[in-house]
Amino acid sequence: MTTALVAGEIAGGLPSPVTRQMLRAARQLTGNLPVAAFLGGNLAPLESSAGSLAASRVYLLEHGALAEIGGGYEAAVDALAALCRATSPDVVLLAKTDFGANTGPRLAFRLGSAFAQDCTAISIGANGAPTVTRPVYGGSATAEFELSGAMPAIITVRPGAYEAGPSGARPELVRFDVSAAIRTPKVQLIETVSEERAGVRLEEAAVVVSGGRGLGGPAPFKLLTELAGLLGGAVGASRAACDAGWIDHSHQVGLTGKTVSPRLYLAVGLSGASQHMAGCSGAGNIVGINRDPEANIFKEARFGVAGDWQKVLPSFISTVRDLGKL
Amino acid sequence: MPPAPRRRPYSLPAGAWAYSPAMTALKLHFTDHGTRPIDAVVAAHNSPLEPLLRIAVCARQVLDPDIPPSQFKVDEVANCVVPPQGIAPVVNGFDLNATEAALRVRDAASGQGVEVTVFSAGTAFVLDVMKKPLSMGADRLVLVDDAALASVDSAASARVLAAAIAKDGPYDLVLCGRQASDWDQAQTPFGIAEALGVPCVTLAKSVTVKGGTVRVDRALPGMRQTVEAPLPAVVTVSNELGEPRYPTLRGIMAAGRKAPVVMKLPDLNIAAADIAPRVVLRRLYVPQRHRACEFIQGKDEAESGRLLALRLRQEKLI
Repeated sequence: MTTALVAGEIAGGLPSPVTRQMLRAARQLTGNLPVAAFLGGNLAPLESSAGSLAASRVYLLEHGALAEIGGGYEAAVDALAALCRATSPDVVLLAKTDFGANTGPRLAFRLGSAFAQDCTAISIGANGAPTVTRPVYGGSATAEFELSGAMPAIITVRPGAYEAGPSGARPELVRFDVSAAIRTPKVQLIETVSEERAGVRLEEAAVVVSGGRGLGGPAPFKLLTELAGLLGGAVGASRAACDAGWIDHSHQVGLTGKTVSPRLYLAVGLSGASQHMAGCSGAGNIVGINRDPEANIFKEARFGVAGDWQKVLPSFISTVRDLGKL
Repeated sequence: MPPAPRRRPYSLPAGAWAYSPAMTALKLHFTDHGTRPIDAVVAAHNSPLEPLLRIAVCARQVLDPDIPPSQFKVDEVANCVVPPQGIAPVVNGFDLNATEAALRVRDAASGQGVEVTVFSAGTAFVLDVMKKPLSMGADRLVLVDDAALASVDSAASARVLAAAIAKDGPYDLVLCGRQASDWDQAQTPFGIAEALGVPCVTLAKSVTVKGGTVRVDRALPGMRQTVEAPLPAVVTVSNELGEPRYPTLRGIMAAGRKAPVVMKLPDLNIAAADIAPRVVLRRLYVPQRHRACEFIQGKDEAESGRLLALRLRQEKLI
């Protein structure tokens, strides 16, 4: 029987939605209720909410050094390594968040076990080894890997790849002492400042208007902002446009930027490289405006105009404005 | 101000041998032609001319990620990507961001007392490609070039790079790209940090070194985060740091004159069995997601724009 441990995250004092996704993924993987673990400086508030998790057991790893684990995540690795050594799970699942992406790989090196990042599907192969599917080459290809060697296999899973599991398994709560395992962290968190902007959040927008290298400069983003305003949406951009300094990196959509899933994704002057599409392929409808009819964006678009955006966009915007008046 | 020496007792009083790029060039001239055992090369390098802050940058040679998708081909029998004919590989883009971060640390010290060495582990290197960080201004290039490194997993890469950095070290700061554009694992830097027993801070958009610590502004969605770590440390760099500088003509010529230090796995006491993959590729394919695009075409481009808006309204998308 394969046993899975989910390294959970806490948001606003409660198990985070991605953690519930990981519990579902773990249950599908092994066919059994997984074990979960939470880390923090004070986990008393979690005790009431953990009862609703779809887990057989919840380990609470409480330590002063775990109160602020962001930044270096050293104490988190120390604590999870101690738990893995004591409980010997076959697989450890983490969401590919900042927590998972920093803790997972280092934990694998600490335990000498195999690691796979940002997986979209996981299964147990015929020989009993965990097998993962993950996009590679910026999403241009898909790879399936078998994780061998020392257990546990450590896997981060792409948020959204699995739906959140049902709740209510009434797990047993177990406090696991990590005081002997945690060394004083060297990395010091100086400050964390939320940078939420006014207007529609890109990740939650129903409409995203995105610009790419083809826009040629910062000025056209004013036009895109105007259009996004008309449609009640947000402005996105390709990495090339952000790196060129035409628009702030907070607008970057793609593999290493934000992941969006609007109903309508309008890509203007954007070739649609796989690294970009990795951030918007969850959109309901992709619409491309690009001079090159062979551009990759049209391979994923439902509607497209093969033409110069400088001529297409003004009449598109004025028609949208007229339709708004009807 | 160059940072003060910390760990190593220097045999000469501070200032007696001010570090200068000319001295680096001299040292490289005498050390890097592959005619001496690697230990002698490294010993020669660790001379009293030693700079005060040594930065290692890890760089990987990858398939150019900007090739047109039509040229991206996978051999599904051999489970590998077929490099397109006539298109040179490139240095992984994020690794050039890491190089830029290192050069900015050196710039901040007015070019004094900071040495930037680029490390790469692999095989079939295209030297002109791997010299790009040198032409940007990095001082030295160390290549672990071994046929056994043709297809290894990230854990093996980390092990080899950590061994090379340790052998050529000590280093104060190791900078890596946030991930490689081929396998996107974002794992190797953690393995280097774990092997060297130092912290790892990821996703830097700025890196500054002051008084034995490195301060990093992290590029996180929706927030700004600043952390500080004591040196030595590993830091991964993201594209938010800014575009890597263009090589100058002088930089290109200087790079042309520099020969890399080449190491083999036995130089690092690593056997093939030590780098056997834990993560085994079983299948590689190009996902089919082609959908039929409905092209909207009017008599001119302006009309196409108008018809597109009307079509989207018809579909209740706007």
